[in-house]
Amino acid sequence: MEIHYLTAHQLKDMLEKRQISCTEIVKSVYLRIEEVGDRLNSYVRLEKESALSRAGEVDKLISAGSDIEDFMGIPIAVKDNICTKNITTTCASRILENYIPIYNATVIDRLESRNYILTGKANMDEFAMGSSNENSYFGAVKNPWDTDRVPGGSSGGPAACVAAGEAVCSLGSDTGGSIRQPASLCGVVGFKPTYGMVSRYGLVAFASSLDQIGPLTRDVEDCAAMLNIICGYDRKDSTSINVEVPDYKSFLKADIKGMKIGVPKELMVEGIDREVKEAVYRTIKLAEDMGCIVEEISLPSLEYALSVYYIIASSEASSNLSRFDGVRYGYRNMEARTLREMYRRSRAEGFGDEVKRRIMIGTYCLSAGYYDAYYEKAQRVRTLIMGDFKKAFEKFDILISPTSPTTAFKIGEKMKDPLTMYLSDICTIPVNLAGLPAISIPAGLSGSKLPIGLQIIGNVLREDNVLKAAYSLEKAIGFTGKPGL
Amino acid sequence: MKNQYEQVIGLETHVELYTNTKMFCGCRLSFGEEKNIYTCPVCLGHPGSLPVINKKAIEYAAKIALALNCKIKKYTIFHRKNYFYPDMPKNYQISQYDLPLGVGGWLDVDMGSYIRRVRITRVHMEEDTGKLLHKGTTGRISESEASIVDFNRAGTPLIEVVTEPDIRSPEEAKEYMIVLRNLILFLDVSNCSMEEGSLRCDANVSVRKAGEDKIGTKTEIKNLNSFKFLQKGLGYEAKRQIEVLEAGGKVIQQTRHYDSKTGTTKTLRSKEEAHDYRYFPEPDLVPIYIEDKMIEDIRKTIPELPYVKAKRFEKQYGLPKYDSNFLANNKDLADYFEQCCRRYNNAKNIANWIMGDFSALINKEKMTIKDSRITPENLCKMLEIIDKGKINSKIAKAVFEEMFNTGGDPQKIIEDGGLEQISDEGLLEAVIEEVIKENPGVVEQFKEGKNKAVGFLIGRVMAKTKGKANPRIVNNIITKKLS
Repeated sequence: MEIHYLTAHQLKDMLEKRQISCTEIVKSVYLRIEEVGDRLNSYVRLEKESALSRAGEVDKLISAGSDIEDFMGIPIAVKDNICTKNITTTCASRILENYIPIYNATVIDRLESRNYILTGKANMDEFAMGSSNENSYFGAVKNPWDTDRVPGGSSGGPAACVAAGEAVCSLGSDTGGSIRQPASLCGVVGFKPTYGMVSRYGLVAFASSLDQIGPLTRDVEDCAAMLNIICGYDRKDSTSINVEVPDYKSFLKADIKGMKIGVPKELMVEGIDREVKEAVYRTIKLAEDMGCIVEEISLPSLEYALSVYYIIASSEASSNLSRFDGVRYGYRNMEARTLREMYRRSRAEGFGDEVKRRIMIGTYCLSAGYYDAYYEKAQRVRTLIMGDFKKAFEKFDILISPTSPTTAFKIGEKMKDPLTMYLSDICTIPVNLAGLPAISIPAGLSGSKLPIGLQIIGNVLREDNVLKAAYSLEKAIGFTGKPGL
Repeated sequence: MKNQYEQVIGLETHVELYTNTKMFCGCRLSFGEEKNIYTCPVCLGHPGSLPVINKKAIEYAAKIALALNCKIKKYTIFHRKNYFYPDMPKNYQISQYDLPLGVGGWLDVDMGSYIRRVRITRVHMEEDTGKLLHKGTTGRISESEASIVDFNRAGTPLIEVVTEPDIRSPEEAKEYMIVLRNLILFLDVSNCSMEEGSLRCDANVSVRKAGEDKIGTKTEIKNLNSFKFLQKGLGYEAKRQIEVLEAGGKVIQQTRHYDSKTGTTKTLRSKEEAHDYRYFPEPDLVPIYIEDKMIEDIRKTIPELPYVKAKRFEKQYGLPKYDSNFLANNKDLADYFEQCCRRYNNAKNIANWIMGDFSALINKEKMTIKDSRITPENLCKMLEIIDKGKINSKIAKAVFEEMFNTGGDPQKIIEDGGLEQISDEGLLEAVIEEVIKENPGVVEQFKEGKNKAVGFLIGRVMAKTKGKANPRIVNNIITKKLS
C-alpha cells in the first residue's frame, strides 16, 4: 500500500525498524497533496517547508537513538480554528483571513512536545458553522470518494485529507457533530471526547458549552493514541475536567462479550436512508454475534435536540463572535467614517451568510423579553436530554446509531435550505448537548460506493467503553475501502 | 416653590481591586505605565483564549461584601454582559447578574445630627475595560480624528457596590462615598482613588413630594468622578427634576452625563436607546461554590472597621467624638495615633498634633502619615519636651517642621538650634529692661490702661530672644515691673 495511506502506528513500526525515514513520510504526503489537492481543497494553508525541516530534525533525533513515541514525525493536519503560533488561523473566514495567533492552543503544545509534524491548516465551514464544508471563505471542500459531493462539515478539510492520504491524521472540532459527521461521510474514524477532557484553550470558540477538539484518524488505534496526547486537565480552560487520564490504548481489546448496547429509536426513524439503517443493523448483528446484548431504547426528549441546539449554540456564538469587530485584529473596512459604520461594514463584509444567520438567531434568542422563552427554556430541555441519556446509561454500556442520516450529498444540494442541512446533524447533536464521548467508525459502503458511518456513544468519561466497542466492531466490519481518487 | 420635595438617591460604585494579577488572566495590573504592555491573549480578547478566575479577587470582593454586612452567596456565577465598544476586547464584559457574590447588606453613614443607614442591594464582581484616548479637539469618540485603545487596564478586577434608594441628599451621597472609601481602604484591597479612577460612581436620582411613598421616575447620572462633582451633580439634577415637575412636566427616564465645566447634566441616552445587554451565564467559566469555612477565613482577615474603632477611641482614650471619628476614619492616622498612645499618655495631645500641624503638612505634601519622616517615637519625645516646658508652643511648631523635613530627633534639633526655652528670670529681666527703655511710648499707653500694649512688649522680648523666651514668665515680669 502507498505510504500516504498507512496509519500512524504502522508508520511508527516502520520508523522503529528503520524501514522508512520521517522525511520520506512527509514527502510522500506532500506528493499526494500535490496530486489531489486542487481537486479536494482540503487545506487552507500548507506548511511544507517547515514540515520538511521538522522531518529532518526528527530523523536526526531518531538516528541519535531517541525513543520513537506515538506521532513523532507523523504528518498531521490541524483544523483552521485551532490556534497555531505564527501561522495563520483563519476559521475559513474573511474576517480572520490574515490573522496570525500570538500563541499555541494547548493541544498544539501537547502535539509539539511529541514532535508531530504540521502539514498545514485544514479547510472548514466558516467558524465551524455548517455540515457540508460549503461555508468556507476559501471555497468548498470536495469528498475524496466523489468530488461532486460534500465531505461533510464543519471539519470537512480534516476528514477529507485523512481519507485522501493528504495527512495521516488530523485534529478537528465538534460542536454538534463536526468531527463525526464528516468522518462518516469520508470513511474515516472521528472521535468527540467527553466535554472537558480536551482543553479548549486556543480553539476559536463557536459554542463554548458544546465545543470539543478531537482526532480524525484512519483507524481506532490511532484514535486512542491521539486521545492519550490531547486529553487531560488544563488550568487555562476552566471547563476542563481535572481527572486522571487513562491509557486509552489499553482499551483496544477485541472483546465485548456481555456488553449492553442500546439503540435509541429516535435516531433510527424517518429521514434515515435505508442503506444507512441497513449498515447499522448489520453491525448490530455483528455485535450480537460477539456476545453483546442489544436492545432498543427510547430517549423521548431527543425530539427537541435540534431546536435546543440551534438556540444554545447560536446564542453562545452570537456573543463569542462579537470580538471580531475590526478593532484589534482581523478584517476592517477602511472606508468607514464612524465607529458604528466600521463595526457594521467590517462584520457585514467579513462574515459569510451562515455565520450571520446564526449570529442573528442567537442575538434574538438572548434579547430582553425573549431570553426566557428561548435560551432559558432550551437550557431546561437540555437538562432533560442529559437526564434521558443518564437513564439510558444506567442500563446500557454504549448506545449505537447512524452518525449521519445519509451518505455524502451533492455539493449545492442543501445550500438553499438551511433546515434540511441542519437535519444532517440530527444523530450527533444530542451527544454534544449531553457532553458525552462518541465515535464514528466506517460501517461499510453504500451501493454507490459512498462511506456509511456508525456512531457509538458512551456515558460521561466512559471513553473506555466507546473505544472497546469501536475497536471490536472495526475488526468485525473489516472496512478497508479507499477512495478511488 | 409650592411643594416640598424629597430626593431619592441610589449609588452604584465601582472599585478596582489591587490584586497582583488581573481578574481572568495572569497579567499584572498597571499604574499608568507604557501603553498595552500588560496584555495577553486573554485580556486582549484574542480568538480561542479563555478566562480563569482570580481566586484572590473573589477573596477581596467577599471581604468587602462581608464588611458591608452582606450575606455571601454560597453559589455564585458569572454572566456575560454584551455590548460593542472599542475599549471592550471581547465586546462583552464578564460580570455578575442575578447571582451576585454578596446581597442584603448595609452601611451606616454618620451625618452628625443623625445616622443614615444605607442598605446595600448587592456586591458583585466584574472586569474593567481598557482606556480610550481620542485624538482631536473635543475628546469625544464621535468627533475624534483617531482613537487609541490602551488595554493595560482591561481585565482589572472590579467590584460594584449597589445601594437601595436610601440616600436623601447630595450631602448624604458624598458622606456615603467617604465612609465607603474609608471602609475599603481599611480592608486594604484597593487604593480607592477617584482621581486615578480606581473608585467610580454612578447615581440614580429621583425626587418626590415630601411624605410620598412612591418613588418618582429616575435618571441615571454618569461621570461623577470626584466627591465634589458627586455632590454638585446630584444637587443640580434634583433641582432640574423639581423644576420640571413644578412646571407641570414629567421627568423622563434617561441616562445623563455630568459636565463638570458647567456643573450641569445633559442627556446621554434615553430609555429607548438603552443597551439590551443580552445577559447569559458565561459558558467559559464554572460556578463558584463558597464554603462556610472560606467565608469564616475571610471574615478573620477583616480588621477593626472605622465605626467600631471610633467608638473604641472614645472609650479607651477619652477622645471627643469628633477626634475619634477623624482618626478612626483613616487607617494610617489611626494606627499612628495608637502607636503614639503606647509611648505617651496624653492621648488628646497626640490627637491635636496629628489632626492639626501634622495633617496640614502631609496634606500639603500629598503624602500619607506612614511615609512621613516623623516616627511616633520622635513625636512623643517632642510632646514630652513641651510638657517639661523646655520649648514653647511656637518653637515647637518650628521644631516639628524641622522633624518633618529632616526626620531629626527633636532633642537634637533643639540643642543644635539652641532653641530651648529661656525661663531664667534674671536673664529675661535684663532683656525686658532693655525693651522697656526702647519703647517709652508703649509703656505710657500701658499705664493709661491699654492692656494690648503688654502684647506688643512681649512680642519685642520674643523677637530679641528669637522666640525662646517663656512667654508666661515674660508676661509676669512685665506686668510686675510696670504696675
